[in-house]
Amino acid sequence: MPKSLTPLLWFLFSAGGTVAALLFPIHFLVAGIAVPLGWLEAPSYQSVLDLAGHPLTRLYLFVLICLPLFHAAHRFRYTLYDGLKIKHLTILIVTVCYGTALVGTMAAAYFLLGRL
Amino acid sequence: MSSQPHYTAYHPKWYRRPVSVWWWLERWPYTKFVLRELTSLPVGYFALLTLWQVRALVEGEAAYNRFLTRLESPAFVMLNIICFAGVLFHAFTWFHLTPKAMVVRIFGKRLPDAFIIFLNYVGWIGLSAVIVLIWMRA
Amino acid sequence: MTDTITLAIARYRPEREAEPTFQEYEVPFRQDWAILDALNHVKDQLDGTLSFRWSCRMGVCGSCGMMVNGQPTLTCAAFLPSYLPGPIRVEALRFFPIVRDLVVDITDFMNKLKKVKPWIIREEEKPLSEGEYLQTPNELDRYKHHSMCINCLLCYAACPVIGLEPNFIGPAAIALAQRYNMDSRDQGAAERLSILSGDEGMWQCTFVGECTEVCPKGVDPAGAIQQYKLTGATHWLKSVLLPWASK
Repeated sequence: MPKSLTPLLWFLFSAGGTVAALLFPIHFLVAGIAVPLGWLEAPSYQSVLDLAGHPLTRLYLFVLICLPLFHAAHRFRYTLYDGLKIKHLTILIVTVCYGTALVGTMAAAYFLLGRL
Repeated sequence: MSSQPHYTAYHPKWYRRPVSVWWWLERWPYTKFVLRELTSLPVGYFALLTLWQVRALVEGEAAYNRFLTRLESPAFVMLNIICFAGVLFHAFTWFHLTPKAMVVRIFGKRLPDAFIIFLNYVGWIGLSAVIVLIWMRA
Repeated sequence: MTDTITLAIARYRPEREAEPTFQEYEVPFRQDWAILDALNHVKDQLDGTLSFRWSCRMGVCGSCGMMVNGQPTLTCAAFLPSYLPGPIRVEALRFFPIVRDLVVDITDFMNKLKKVKPWIIREEEKPLSEGEYLQTPNELDRYKHHSMCINCLLCYAACPVIGLEPNFIGPAAIALAQRYNMDSRDQGAAERLSILSGDEGMWQCTFVGECTEVCPKGVDPAGAIQQYKLTGATHWLKSVLLPWASK
């Protein structure tokens, strides 16, 4: 068993950061700003459901949600250490940060792979 | 190689300047760094928002429409605009950092950083266009 | 036309004060003077008690690193005209214990440097009869910039992680470890990796990037560390997925 999970967490951080950098801007622009403000018309519920039901889309959405969650968890953990100098609370920080990412991943798996 | 016992010399008169918890406000490069790192929050927010949207989709048409309506509220629009700016800042800083971390060599010569950054932007625009096309066909 | 400029120098005399205090000196303003020349003027003409380190006065020895207006700088390479109208704040290098005035103790760094084994490690030396180890220009190109380090420690003064985590091995030491890892003649990469993948090693770095910004010799320690993280993480992944393949 490797002595530390840091390299794995760094890989997740890097992959998540790349996914977030390349894909989040357009998704955010469309779903978070353009559609709510009426610049773009939202497709019908059925067509979204059909698109989302496709196995490739489900896998894509799973990656889109989970990798950036781990990226954010890892980065925020170190921001707390450096920014607020609370490294002594490391057990609490690690639990909250990666715990949130893990819960999000499990929820994503449940909805995308179980229910859709 | 075994490490021999290493005693730290006792020098009580050496002055050790304390590092304030506000160290990152003392110089602009440090502040820029912390702002860059804080983009983890908007990124995490959008990931969770997407998760929430998937959940609404799965729960049925009524739930999905409720979700869409909620996103139209001024509070969410404001929050989304601010977080979108954060996500953009993440993307820009990420593209400019990647050539430092990943050195690409062709025929033994290192590709210039500017070229890698350019490739990142091309990939970003290309992928965004593909996603918009897929979305439009839905 | 200005003919003098003020230097505000952080003095620290442990025998009579508990904290550094600033003392101002007015020095002649000369277009071609570096801050080091101004400091030497102070010591020679104004106040012989001022203590500071310097040697080559041309940016190759790494002795004269100090904080100038809050920025880690080689005082022999920073010229008075850039700092008009003054006053110029000169302090001892940050994040190091101050012994006296502008002199800091760097024993901590010397111990960290030794830890990374900054020398060519060979499993077996070639016998002399077989001649030299040959290296192509492309192979040299891979690590040459990392070999330019003069141990001036400006990168340590710029790195916030060094300020927050004194055990962090630090930019210059890791860059020098990479200089040897990437040298085609070296066979010690595995040995250095096991030292640098620990708690005080490369994983403490959060890629602030200031070390590369302040480096006067273009060593790019930030780049060295990020590339090392990729190497280290890939190596870890291989050891987990293919345990029989690694040593």
